[in-house]
Amino acid sequence: MTTLSAANLTVAVDGKTLIDGVDLIVRPGEMIAVLGPNGAGKSTLLRAMSGLITPASGSVTLDDRALSAWPARDLAAARAFLPQNAALEWPLTVERVVALGRMPLAGLWGEARGETGRAVDAALAEMDALDLKGRIATTLSGGELARVLLARAIVGDPRILIADEPLAGLDPRHQLDALKRLRTLSENGRAIVIAMHDLDLAARFATRVVLLSFGKVIANGPPRETLTAERIAEAFHVQARVGADESGAWVRLLR
Amino acid sequence: MKSDRYSLWLAALLFLVVVLAALSVLAGKIWFSPADAWRALLDGSPDLGGVIVRELRAPRAVLAILVGGALGLSGAALQGLLRNPLAEPGVLGISTGASLGAVLSLYYGLSAALPLALPIAGLAGAAATALLVVTLARGGGTIALILAGAAVSSFGGALVALALNLAPSPWAATEIMVWLMGSLADRSWAHVGLAAPFVIVGAALLLLSGRALDALSLGEATAESLGAKLSRTRLLVVIGSALAVGAVTAVSGAIGFVGLIAGHLVRPLAGHVPSRTLPLAALAGAALVLAADIAVRLMPFGPEMKLGVVTALVGAPFFFLLILRARKVLP
Repeated sequence: MTTLSAANLTVAVDGKTLIDGVDLIVRPGEMIAVLGPNGAGKSTLLRAMSGLITPASGSVTLDDRALSAWPARDLAAARAFLPQNAALEWPLTVERVVALGRMPLAGLWGEARGETGRAVDAALAEMDALDLKGRIATTLSGGELARVLLARAIVGDPRILIADEPLAGLDPRHQLDALKRLRTLSENGRAIVIAMHDLDLAARFATRVVLLSFGKVIANGPPRETLTAERIAEAFHVQARVGADESGAWVRLLR
Repeated sequence: MKSDRYSLWLAALLFLVVVLAALSVLAGKIWFSPADAWRALLDGSPDLGGVIVRELRAPRAVLAILVGGALGLSGAALQGLLRNPLAEPGVLGISTGASLGAVLSLYYGLSAALPLALPIAGLAGAAATALLVVTLARGGGTIALILAGAAVSSFGGALVALALNLAPSPWAATEIMVWLMGSLADRSWAHVGLAAPFVIVGAALLLLSGRALDALSLGEATAESLGAKLSRTRLLVVIGSALAVGAVTAVSGAIGFVGLIAGHLVRPLAGHVPSRTLPLAALAGAALVLAADIAVRLMPFGPEMKLGVVTALVGAPFFFLLILRARKVLP
C-alpha cells in the first residue's frame, strides 16, 4: 500500500528551524488539508514531503523507502508536486504545458503522441479547462492558469498529489469544482495533500486536517475534531464559529 | 501537437544551410560554376581554382557552419537554462575567455611563431574561464551562475583591454583589435580539425539538456518535481557551451549577436518549446554566419569588413523587429 510518511521530520534553512519534528502519514484515499498561518511552514513541509528539500533530521519515506533513495523519474511518476505561484517562462500552448506533466512517464524518445493527447484532454476536461487547450498559457487569467497547472499535475495520474495553495486565484465555482474533483481522485485511491487558507472549504472537503503552527503539528485528525473554535483561535488568533449542516462542516470567522 | 510542421521547419532550415554552404564555396572575388567547383572538390586538380575551392572556400564554409551552429545552439540552451531572453554565450564569459587566450598569444608573439598557437591558446582561455565560472557558482543557483559569468566576463574584458593598452607597438594593438572583430578569412582545414571535435562533443552535451530545459519552462521547483536534475543540467549547458563556443571563438574571434538572435528567430517555429528550439537554433545560427560571411566577401568597397562587425550590424536591427513583434506574447 502506498504510504507517504514523515517521521520526526525537521527542516532547517540557514540555521533556522522551519519544520520541527513533524510526524505525518499519508494514505491512499485521503485528502489532507494542511492549514496554518503565514510562515507556519506549510510550503516547507510540502516541499520536504515531495523530496525537494533534504531534511536536517528525520526522514520522509514512500513505500518504506527514503525519498532520496528513489530514482528521480520513478519518484516523479509516483507523486506530483504543484508549487505555490507556479511560473511559466515561455509562451507555450496550454496543451504543451499539460503534456509536460507526462515527462516522467515517457521513455527516451518520448511517449506515443496519441497517448499523451488522450491524457492531456482527460486532465483538462477534469479541470474544466478543455476549451483552453489551444490557448497560449501566458495569456490566460490567473484562475485559468491555476486550472491548467492543476491539470498538468494530475495528467500523469500520480498516486500522490501534493499541491501548495492550488486554489489561489480560482473563482468560487472553480474552487468548489477543483476540490470536488480532487476529493473524487482521493476516493479513487489517490492521496492528496494540499496547503490552503480557506478553513471552511477545508472543513467541508478534507478527510483530514493538519494544523501547523511555528513548524509543529498542533492538530491532526478529521476536520470536525481538529477545526474547533479553540484550535482555530490558538493557531490563527481569530475567533470562529464552527458547525455542521446537511452540506457538511462549516467554519465562520468572526473577528 | 504540430510536430509535422516542426519537421518541415527543420528540413527547410537544413536545406537553407546546404544552399548557403554551396553558395559560400562558389562566391567571392573569383566565382566558380557549380560544375567547376564540384570537379575541383572531387578530382583534386592542382590548378589555382582547385586549390582555392578545396583549401580556402570549403574549410571556410565548414567553419561557418561550426561557428554559427555552436553559437546558435549554445545561445538557445542558455536562454532555456537561465530563462532569460537576453542570455547568450557571452554571459558565461566563455567568449571573453577564448578572446583573452587568443589575445595573449598575439601579445607574446606566440601566434607568429606557431600558426595554431592562437586557437589553442583561445581554447585554453575558454576552458579556464568555464572552470572559474563553475567553481564560483558551485552550490548556488541560476542567479549565482549569471553573476559568476558576468564577473568573470568583465574581468576577462579588462585583461583584454590591458593587453591592448600595453601592446608593444601600434601594429600589435591593431592586430589584436582586428582579431577581436572576428573573421573566417584565411582559415584552413587545420582550424576545422581543431574546432570540430570540441563543437561536436559540446553540441551533444547541449542537446542532451533539452528535456530538462522543457521541464524548466514551468520553473525550477516544478522541473525538479518532474525528475529533472538541475545541477546536472547546469553543468551540461555550461560545459557544452564552453567546449563548443570556446572552440569556435578560438578559431574565428568574437562573432556577436548570432548566439543571441538565433534562438529568438526560431523559437516561434518550435512553439517556444526549448528542446525543439535547440536544433532549429543551431541551423539558424549556421545559416546566419554563412550568409554574413558571403556578404563580407561580396562587399564591393573598401577594406574587407570583419564578420563579427557584419553579424552585429545586421543582427541588431533584426532584433529590434523581433522585439516589436514578440513583446505582446512574452510573459
